[in-house]
Amino acid sequence: MATATKSLKKQGSDLAQSNKQLEILSNGIFQNGELPTFKAKISETNQFPLKAKKLEILQINVGYMCNQVCDHCHVDAGPDRKEIMTRDTMRQCLEVIKNTGAHTLDLTGGAPEMNPDFRWFVEEAAKAGIKDFIVRSNLTIIRANKKYYDLPEFFKKHNVHVVSSMPHWTRGKTDKQRGDGVFDKSIKALQELNAVGYGMPDSDLRLDLVYNPSGAFLPGDQAAMEKDFKKALMEDFGIEFHNLFAITNLPIARFLDFLIASENYEDYMYSLVEAYNPAAVENVMCTNTISISWDGYLFDCDFNQMLELPVNSKSKHISEFNEELLEGRNIVISQHCYGCTAGAGSSCQGVVA
Amino acid sequence: MSKPYYDAADLRKFGKITEWSEELGNKFFDYYGKVFEEGALTAREKSLIALAVAHTEQCPYCIDAYTKDSLQRGVTKEEMMEAIHVGAAIKSGATLVHGVQMMNKVNKLDG
Repeated sequence: MATATKSLKKQGSDLAQSNKQLEILSNGIFQNGELPTFKAKISETNQFPLKAKKLEILQINVGYMCNQVCDHCHVDAGPDRKEIMTRDTMRQCLEVIKNTGAHTLDLTGGAPEMNPDFRWFVEEAAKAGIKDFIVRSNLTIIRANKKYYDLPEFFKKHNVHVVSSMPHWTRGKTDKQRGDGVFDKSIKALQELNAVGYGMPDSDLRLDLVYNPSGAFLPGDQAAMEKDFKKALMEDFGIEFHNLFAITNLPIARFLDFLIASENYEDYMYSLVEAYNPAAVENVMCTNTISISWDGYLFDCDFNQMLELPVNSKSKHISEFNEELLEGRNIVISQHCYGCTAGAGSSCQGVVA
Repeated sequence: MSKPYYDAADLRKFGKITEWSEELGNKFFDYYGKVFEEGALTAREKSLIALAVAHTEQCPYCIDAYTKDSLQRGVTKEEMMEAIHVGAAIKSGATLVHGVQMMNKVNKLDG
């Protein structure tokens, strides 16, 4: 079961520091040549340096605070995290949202709904008329407190595309990863989303689920998993949803801590390297995404944000956002990137190859 | 200190068997890969069969590999244990059904 109640940061763990994580990812099996570095691997297929293409997705992390402390969390999110995007930074983001060529706006956290300015931000951002407006909701937040009970209606009002984590269709595996009681609350939240029209077969109110493995193994085939999830959730709870995104756990933050503590780190890195797929590199999400942190800094992806690896560009902050400058930038890489190129690849939108 | 016969890390080297017999090794891995593709049986069903056989064959590499493979395919621990019981039932059944042979022999020899 999920035993942690505090973030690594609150625990004062070494692994809360990004430089410690990067050190682990660069040493050992990658230093002694047992496994090739990500740079060496993509160089084999002339894909180094990895370059950003046209911006398609703006992913904004509005804060690391969360009502859950999930075992695998790459954000090291939790109730004790105080990093929260201010309304001033949100205003700067809105300027960018109004003028961007990106077709997708993706709000994430922590639990983005816990940001006190979340609703204001959604209302303002929705006015920009961006094609796909995603909120990554952990589901339990909808049942966490009375003030969140109307979130399904609120999402519906602003035509938000809801993307939610669901590690398994069974209680045991879900609660093990995400904490006791998470499964029941998630089921209730999904039923409430269905009740307002989310996830129904012909509905425009998009409800997608994210599956990421509960332990030191890679996700199975996305289409097969989707079929299994749909069957089980329908039969057991009458729940409908649109698509399942299978996402690989990247070896950073709490998942890295778990891999090391359970002596799975080397095997897991071997699995990632063995499953390396050059075709996935072509479409890896950092090439069409900008990730914006709670304090307005720009990153190639949410993982680089957590590792404090800023974009390799003169445009480093939302206040100086320049889409032209960012296009064609060299993506900042390390060994965690193997997580996005394993098998059919992995991104916040699921497989890429 | 002597080394154990089995080393979990050897599983990663399985592919190296082709180095000493390339054609046969490649043919085996092509066949192996094809067997586990989605067919009349799903890859998930095949994984569970493989897990059960891994136990009856008592192959530690196969047990590691197909436990992980089953997890990857969303198989629950209850399903995995049931699959092993199927293997165990056949294994013990295969032992016990030979009891009939013993009974036949006794009846022949000793009336």
